[in-house]
Amino acid sequence: MKTSDQTLNEILTLAATHFKVPREELTPDDDFFKTLKIDSLQALDLLTRLEHHFNIELPDYELQGVSDFRTLASRIQARL
Amino acid sequence: MTHGQAISWQLADGVIELALHREPGNEIGSLTLEELEQFVKVLKGLQRKAHALIIHSTVKSGFCAGADLRELYQRSQQMQKSAAAAGVRDFLDRIHRVLNAIDAAPLTTIAAVHGVTFGGGFELALVCDLIIANKMARFCFPELRLGLIPGFGGIPRLKRDLGNAVVRDLLLTGRSINATKAQQIGLVSQVVAEGEALRAARATAAQLVKFERRTAAAAKQFIKPIPYEELRREIDIFCDLFTQPAVEAGLKKFVESADLQPYLP
Repeated sequence: MKTSDQTLNEILTLAATHFKVPREELTPDDDFFKTLKIDSLQALDLLTRLEHHFNIELPDYELQGVSDFRTLASRIQARL
Repeated sequence: MTHGQAISWQLADGVIELALHREPGNEIGSLTLEELEQFVKVLKGLQRKAHALIIHSTVKSGFCAGADLRELYQRSQQMQKSAAAAGVRDFLDRIHRVLNAIDAAPLTTIAAVHGVTFGGGFELALVCDLIIANKMARFCFPELRLGLIPGFGGIPRLKRDLGNAVVRDLLLTGRSINATKAQQIGLVSQVVAEGEALRAARATAAQLVKFERRTAAAAKQFIKPIPYEELRREIDIFCDLFTQPAVEAGLKKFVESADLQPYLP
């Protein structure tokens, strides 16, 4: 079982890699729409990648209103 | 190659390839419908020479984002409510004729999908005999968020192919599922890496070409009934709901949003 910190770190690393942003520029409380410069379509792409990475299913309605990595990580952690 | 503004098609080596290429998301409006009607007319001639049909998208965002809701809203605003409702029914009757023709075509049909496969796009994939999905594909019926139900035959076809509980989950929650989940529930036949769906579909079609066309058509006709009665009822329910105030409000909110896909999280 991953810890919350491990989950958060893996999300940040995956987001940085896929959206080509230096990992050190991302922090847990960042608004990922702003930091990654993504729209809702790309957020859906991120969700799909995270589902594959963590081998989980995360209904998109659980992410409505979620825009920071820390809350995203808590939603994912609840499904691990 | 026949090249339209929204779709194009060609026949080569016994396989018809129909490409969707209307930016930004292959939204199905009057232009795409007209071109699909042209395609279905020529399909009757082409299918005598072909074993398989592949439907795919060249648009980056995905296979198809569904009905063109902006066009629907703008047209409905320019008309009296009764005329707008009649226009919607006419559109649905026409798109159903197109999709029923592809559904019943005596060819093996393959949807090669990636990215957003939502609403009417999901319904287009559902008329195909096989769905081959890029691992980044996502399927969704977001219509309830707009106060509607899927109108291009999605509910009867999903019910034909999957268990009723799965249909209720997708329909009533409006959530999207990824390709792996779609394969687990029996919707998708193959999941492939990013950028590989069309190649996998072509490899599958090349296998189908080896079979006797008449036998494959007979097998398909035996195993794949077209739920005509339910499809007609779906149009009636959609048209009834379309006149409700919640739909106009939902469409207005969608159209006025600056986001690319306002119904997404």
